Amino acid sequence: MNIIVPIKQVPDLVEELEIDSSGKDLDREWLKFKVNEFDDHALEEALLLKEDSGGTVTAIALDGDDIDKALYAAAAKGADKVVKVTGIEGNVSNHEAAKAFANAIQGMGADLVFTGVQSVEDRDGQLGVLLAHYMNVPHISVVTGVAVNGDSVNVTKEYGGGMVAEFEAATPIVLGIQAARETPRYVPVAKVRRAMRSTDLEEVSAGDVSVSAGSSVSRMFKPESGGGAEMLSGSAEDVAGKLADIIKGKI
Amino acid sequence: MSKIFVIAEHLNGEVEDITYEMLGKAKSLGGDVIAVLLGSGAKDMASDFAADKVLYVDSPELANFNPEAYCKTIVSLVGSHTPNIVLVGNTSQGMDIAAGLSIDCNMPLIAYASDVSEGSVTSQLYGGKMSVESAVEGDFIASVLAGSFPVDAGKGSGAAVEEVAAPDLSGLKIKFKQLIEPEGGDVDITATDVLVSVGRGIQNEDNMEVVQVLADKLGAALSCSRPIVDSKWLPKTRQVGKSGLKVKPKVYIAVGISGAPEHIEGMKDADCIIAINTDANAPIFDYADYGTTEDLFDVVPALTEKL
Repeated sequence: MNIIVPIKQVPDLVEELEIDSSGKDLDREWLKFKVNEFDDHALEEALLLKEDSGGTVTAIALDGDDIDKALYAAAAKGADKVVKVTGIEGNVSNHEAAKAFANAIQGMGADLVFTGVQSVEDRDGQLGVLLAHYMNVPHISVVTGVAVNGDSVNVTKEYGGGMVAEFEAATPIVLGIQAARETPRYVPVAKVRRAMRSTDLEEVSAGDVSVSAGSSVSRMFKPESGGGAEMLSGSAEDVAGKLADIIKGKI
Repeated sequence: MSKIFVIAEHLNGEVEDITYEMLGKAKSLGGDVIAVLLGSGAKDMASDFAADKVLYVDSPELANFNPEAYCKTIVSLVGSHTPNIVLVGNTSQGMDIAAGLSIDCNMPLIAYASDVSEGSVTSQLYGGKMSVESAVEGDFIASVLAGSFPVDAGKGSGAAVEEVAAPDLSGLKIKFKQLIEPEGGDVDITATDVLVSVGRGIQNEDNMEVVQVLADKLGAALSCSRPIVDSKWLPKTRQVGKSGLKVKPKVYIAVGISGAPEHIEGMKDADCIIAINTDANAPIFDYADYGTTEDLFDVVPALTEKL
C-alpha cells in the first residue's frame, strides 16, 4: 500500500497561550509549535502497517517555520519520502490546508491517507474529512486499528464507552487516526541530523486553494479560569491536610 | 423563521444524549426544528424528540453508522430541504458527517461548538484553553461538543414523521461489519465511589506508583485521561471521557489532568471534583470544586500520608 501522511504543526499547549492585539488570534510571535500529536500517531500507524504488509510511506507538510525539521524527523523514523507543499504558508484555515494537501497528493497514487483525527486548531472542521471530500474519496474518522486485507482494509472506529465498529473499506480512503497500535516511536536528534543530510526533500506546489472556511473569528478569549474551584492555599503539606478533610467528609 | 436541522445520533439501538442536547438548543433558538434520523426499522427512536418534524430515512445500509452512507444521505437531505442551520455532534459519528457536508453543500462549518446563536458560534479550541467566537453570514453548520446543553430540554412527545426515500446507496466503498462491545475490565470505574484519575502530568510510567498508593489508601479505583491509555500505562477500561467512560463518583480526584473538553465530558457530573495541577490556567479548575496548583509529587504523597 502507498500511504500518505499529512503532517501539521500546532501550538504547543504546554506553553502559556496569549491573545494578540487584534483580540482574534493567538499571539504567535513567541509561540512554540510542535507536530500535532495525533499526526504522530498517524505516522506511527503508517510505519507499522508498512512493516507488516509492505508498501511506502510519504510524509507531507505545508510550508512553514521548522517544517523541514518535522519532515526530516519523519524520514528518520522510517518515511520513504518527504514532501513539502509550497506556495501556502502561515495561519490558514483547515479548508485551505485540506485543499492544498488534496492538490499536492493528487497524482501520488495514494492507497491510504492517514491524518491525525483532530488537532487543537480545527475551528472549521477536522482536516482529514475535508481532505477526503476534496479528493472525492471516502473517509473514516476516530480510527484505532487498520489491517490490510488484499486490496481493501479492515478498519476499527471508536465510539464512546469503548465501543468500536469494524468496517471493510476499499482504497483509496482517508483515515483519521486516533491512536496507533504502539506508542509513536522516538527518534534521537542525531538520527534526524543524519536524515537531513541523506534525505531528498521534495517540493510540490499547493496549486489553486481558493476555498475558505466561510466564517471569521470575531473574538478570542480565555474561558473564565478558576471559575468553579475554591483554590486551596498554603504549602503542599497544608493543602494535603485540607484535601484529606474534604475527602473524609464526602465518603 | 430559521429552519434548523438536528442530525440525530444513535449507537447500538440507543439514541445518544447529544441528540437531545442539540434538539433542546435548536428549540431555544426559536426556529423550525427538524430532526433528521437515519436507520433501519428505527422510526420509533424519534418518539421522544422535542422537534417540529422528523425526517426519517430507512435503508438497510443505514442500520448502523457508515460514514459514506450517512454522508451521502445527509448531503442529499440538506440539498433538498435547504436548512439555515445544521447541528451535528462533534462526536465520532458527527466528525464523519460535518466536514464533508461543509464541502459538498458549500456551507461554512464551525466545529467544537459550545454555544450557537444566529450568526455566531462559540468554539472551545486549544484543548479548552481558548474560547473562540466566529461570525458567520448566511446558512451554516455547527458541530456541537457533547455536554454543552441540557439533555432534558430536547425530550418531548415526538413529532410528525415524514419518511424520505434514501438516495442511491449502491456501490458503497465502506461496508459496516460489526459493533464490538468493550471487554469487561478488572475494575468497573463507573461503579466506584472514589476515583483517583491521572493525566499527562504524571510524566512517566514509574510515577504511576504515586497515584496507585493514594488510590489504594482510599479504596478507590485508578482511572485516567486519554494520553495514559495511549501510552499503555493503564488499560482502555480505565479511561474517562469522550471515547472512554462517563463516571459520576462521589469524589473525583484529577491528578495532572488539564481538562480538555474530551475529558470533561466524561467526569463533570461527579459530586465533588478535586483538581491538582501546576498550571493555574488549566480548564479543569473551571469544573472542579476544589483545586491546588501545588506540585502533584508533593501533594499526593502528603495526602496519602494524612488519610
